[in-house]
Amino acid sequence: MIFNEPSPLETKVISQRWTLPNPESVETYLANDGYVAIKKALEMTPEAIIDELKTSSLRGRGGAGFPTGMKWSFVPRNSGKPAYIICNSDESEPGTCKDRLLMENDPHQLIEGMLIAGWTVKSNKGYVFIRGEYRYLIDIVDRAIAEAYERGYLGKNILGSGWDFDLYTHTGAGAYECGEESALLESLEGKRGIPRLKPPFPAVVGAFQSPTILNNCETFSAVPVILRNGGAWYASLGTPKNGGTRLLCVSGHVNKPGVYELPLGFPLQRLLDEVCGGMRNGKKMKALIPGGSSSPVLTAAECEGLLLDYDSIAKAKSMAGSGGIVVLDEDTDIVAVALRTIKFYAHESCGWCIPCREGTTWLKKILTRFHEGYGKESDIPLIAELADNMFGRTFCALGDAAAMPTTGFITKFRGEFEEYLKKAPRDIATSVPELVGIH
Amino acid sequence: MTFSPALEQRFEKLLKSYPAGRTRSAVVPMLLYAQDEIGYVSQELIEEVARRCGVTPLQVDEVIGYYSMLHRKPLGKFHVQVCTNICCQVVGGEDLYAHASHSLGLGNKQTTPDGLISLEEVECMGACSWAPAIQINYDFHHRVTPERFEQLMQAMRDGSYNKKAS
Ligand SMILES: Cc1cc2nc3c(=O)[nH]c(=O)nc-3n(C[C@H](O)[C@H](O)[C@H](O)COP(=O)(O)O)c2cc1C
Ligand code: SF4
Ligand code: FES
Repeated sequence: MIFNEPSPLETKVISQRWTLPNPESVETYLANDGYVAIKKALEMTPEAIIDELKTSSLRGRGGAGFPTGMKWSFVPRNSGKPAYIICNSDESEPGTCKDRLLMENDPHQLIEGMLIAGWTVKSNKGYVFIRGEYRYLIDIVDRAIAEAYERGYLGKNILGSGWDFDLYTHTGAGAYECGEESALLESLEGKRGIPRLKPPFPAVVGAFQSPTILNNCETFSAVPVILRNGGAWYASLGTPKNGGTRLLCVSGHVNKPGVYELPLGFPLQRLLDEVCGGMRNGKKMKALIPGGSSSPVLTAAECEGLLLDYDSIAKAKSMAGSGGIVVLDEDTDIVAVALRTIKFYAHESCGWCIPCREGTTWLKKILTRFHEGYGKESDIPLIAELADNMFGRTFCALGDAAAMPTTGFITKFRGEFEEYLKKAPRDIATSVPELVGIH
Repeated sequence: MTFSPALEQRFEKLLKSYPAGRTRSAVVPMLLYAQDEIGYVSQELIEEVARRCGVTPLQVDEVIGYYSMLHRKPLGKFHVQVCTNICCQVVGGEDLYAHASHSLGLGNKQTTPDGLISLEEVECMGACSWAPAIQINYDFHHRVTPERFEQLMQAMRDGSYNKKAS
């Protein structure tokens, strides 16, 4: 199912089959270029496949934007240990809802991408790690996997190559931190999702202490079309070092929020005006979160002329992240959004390291007090300092993911925090009244 | 413990899907799939999963607190999860949660006395572009208004709730 109307301005590459009848079936996939790339890959050397990926300038769609070809090249191919292919479909970054559509509407494309990864590093096993809330998608992906086995694309001696590859789904059970790659691997091993010390990176010591290719669901989904049409073709869709297209998940105050596939480097203003039908109720934009809730907020002024690719957004001192774009209009209460953001990170902190565990808890406490109208002037620098002290000092990137947006909100919208100080507690409608004494 | 044949089949497949000696990997999926069937994670289930995965009950127990979807107590027959994270928040998610809370007379993680409906305020569920969103058990409902919420509640109460309705 698709949940929003596609836009004529989209460049449909990895979402091209979504509008076909039964897009998730193997028949539809095979009738529309499906499993052509793996045939091609089986005739190629690992080096040639990796070169094609490097040429494509495909960068990881999970958050960090690391070049995929380079990542695959780090996997040792003579370690004597089996290698694993892991798809990160934990998709929990607030603002992000694209992997869901990829698995729902084109699971075979994902399977083919993982197959190509498997062949490249001569792996024999892969897992699709799907967040527990996406229970229905596990059934869809399991069905697709079964179809692929029936057709000989998975299992023993794939297409007569002499190479075997098995693929399985694995479920999470509600934990944002399990999207962090090393925490995901711990979770896959049946433990609490506490991250591992890095290096070594998963490429070298990953799943079951073995070399591992770990990529986001959208990253794997882009691989088949790259092999089919060539890395140069894919690269040409985007901008230098930012190849191809990506799924942008637009939410918030626009007329047509939705998931849209657009080339890297697409102008933000066109996305908002032409693809998303402009601001809701004719309001003005106040701010925009460009890459999931971990990315620092941009003011309307900072959004002017912004192009949507990794490097341009980094130049604007934020992150392209997971592709989740949250549009906030002039009526948005920034303090409330900052509070809700930190509540999330406090809830999801795994508690392993002190700067993150304590930092998120205290930020939540102070922001809650502030939001309820009991803030003090000294809270503003205190919030800024706390966030600043967390940054770069935590065991995994969740700490930074909590610090960066907080710093963004409090420095760029300091005036809004100051306004809050003038409000008496009773003037502030706390949206969710505490219910007491029911049971 | 006895499970349905379908679940037994799933378990069998699960245990075979990990590398040799790595059956501990099946702990979390097994707990979640079993919880789907029996409603919660009982002590008996912990011991059963431990036995099947070849780990100690303590090793199973220690993961449960970490994963927010694993529950030690039964939830309502319909577990209503309202997302209030930012994308939902800015288009009425918190108001929807407040509405649900009042309308059901339930606070966060509480269950109606008849065991029919439980409520939970949850984090982003991957429906941000179609917000505000809720999940009833595993079913997604998108762009939910208070009116739509009332209809869904009525349907849960009179037994006409239809899984596919979105
Ligand atoms: C706290 C945290 C949560 C993350 N959640 C996800 C996620 O849900 N999905 C994802 O693909 N990557 C997530 N990542 C990024 C992964 O660690 C990893 O970089 C990514 O899966 C690599 O794939 P890519 O190179 O294809 O982007 C998260 C990172 C952190 C620090
Ligand atoms: S930064 Fe947070 S999530 Fe990461 S290890 Fe430390 S406590 Fe855990
Ligand atoms: S923020 Fe509510 S579904 Fe993502």
